[in-house]
Amino acid sequence: MDKALFESLLRWGDSPLVLSQQLSAWCGHGPALEEDLALANVALDLLGQARLWLTLAGEVEGAGRDEDRLAYLRDAPQFRNLLLVERPNGHYGDTMARQMFFDLWHYFLLERLAGSADPRVAAIAAKSVKEVTYHVRRSSDMVIRLGDGTEHSHALMQASIDALWPYTGELFVGDELDGELDARGVGCRPESLREPWLSHVRDVCAQATLTLPDEAAACRPAHRGGRQGRHTETLGYLLAEMQHLQRAYPGAAW
Amino acid sequence: MVNASAASAAPVAAARVMEWLSAVPDPEIPVLSIVDLGVVRQVGWEGDCCVVTVTPTYSGCPAMREISQGIERELDRRGIARVRIDTRLAPAWTTDWLTERGRQALRGYGIAPPAERAVDVSGILPRRDAPVVPCPHCGSARTRLVSDFGSTACKALYRCAACQEPFDYFKPH
Repeated sequence: MDKALFESLLRWGDSPLVLSQQLSAWCGHGPALEEDLALANVALDLLGQARLWLTLAGEVEGAGRDEDRLAYLRDAPQFRNLLLVERPNGHYGDTMARQMFFDLWHYFLLERLAGSADPRVAAIAAKSVKEVTYHVRRSSDMVIRLGDGTEHSHALMQASIDALWPYTGELFVGDELDGELDARGVGCRPESLREPWLSHVRDVCAQATLTLPDEAAACRPAHRGGRQGRHTETLGYLLAEMQHLQRAYPGAAW
Repeated sequence: MVNASAASAAPVAAARVMEWLSAVPDPEIPVLSIVDLGVVRQVGWEGDCCVVTVTPTYSGCPAMREISQGIERELDRRGIARVRIDTRLAPAWTTDWLTERGRQALRGYGIAPPAERAVDVSGILPRRDAPVVPCPHCGSARTRLVSDFGSTACKALYRCAACQEPFDYFKPH
């Protein structure tokens, strides 16, 4: 089994999967009907992308696990998502700040993976990046509108950016696995995504009249580890809800 | 797009099968056929098994299962007993594959067809130069974007300032 590829596929698939589950919780609770619809649609895109990655992960592993078994029958330490997507939905500004940070990272990652030497990886990435282009535009626009909105919305948005900022460091910390896939031309080093990401985040925040926190605040080890399976408390509760049906009724099908 | 080399030995010409598939509606926009939507990429034969290659629209589109079932039902009705549906991801589906007939069907149904070519993935900042999307009801150009996501992921929500009607816009993708 190609362990490095398998692990990387989980990393690429688990973040959209967990974020999709988080966003789905807004369905029926959005601040406006249009927002509700938009978030549900973004969640659906992310779920579809996660399915493609996890299906391929199952094929690469060759142990008979399909997308459903990988999504529903792994426990938290086996998940490889970023800690950022585990941050609670909070209020709408929190969700939008999280989304903007994630979408920009996701966009630059997929753009790189679309040129992967593995045609299966390239195909999923090239398809996903088109969808994510719309996600990025929308979440950036919302951060700008809320940041450059009223005094109240500005204060809330700034607090959201400050609170989530420490979790953005992890997006750009690579390990041996990333190095191996990068050397094979299949994946990329997360460090290489930082510059374009930061440049766009700065641009969005400037338009939103928001102040970016100190870069050092995003370098604490306590806010890292999701890609290696060390998660925050939130993931356990999230998986309990997401996996309940399959755990309670193994093999249940729609 | 038909597989010409296989067509000579095929039980039914691939072009004819493609014609039959033009009768299979998209589950969410029934005035649009799956061929006009551009998801049916190829028809071929492996022995007596008809192989239909489809390219999904959006990754999370819940209609893909219904589309497969629609293909199987139609071909079964036409007397083809063995059908296999292959999914092909690359090249990724784009609204550039919508046929002219498909675009007209959308307009007639009250959905504005894409006003430009496939989404430019290099432009990720909010659009300031978005193209004018004429209202499919009254034709006015005085329309504005309400939300980039409408009733489904493939549509945006617009409103017409002339006739006051809201409408869906099939996004360039």
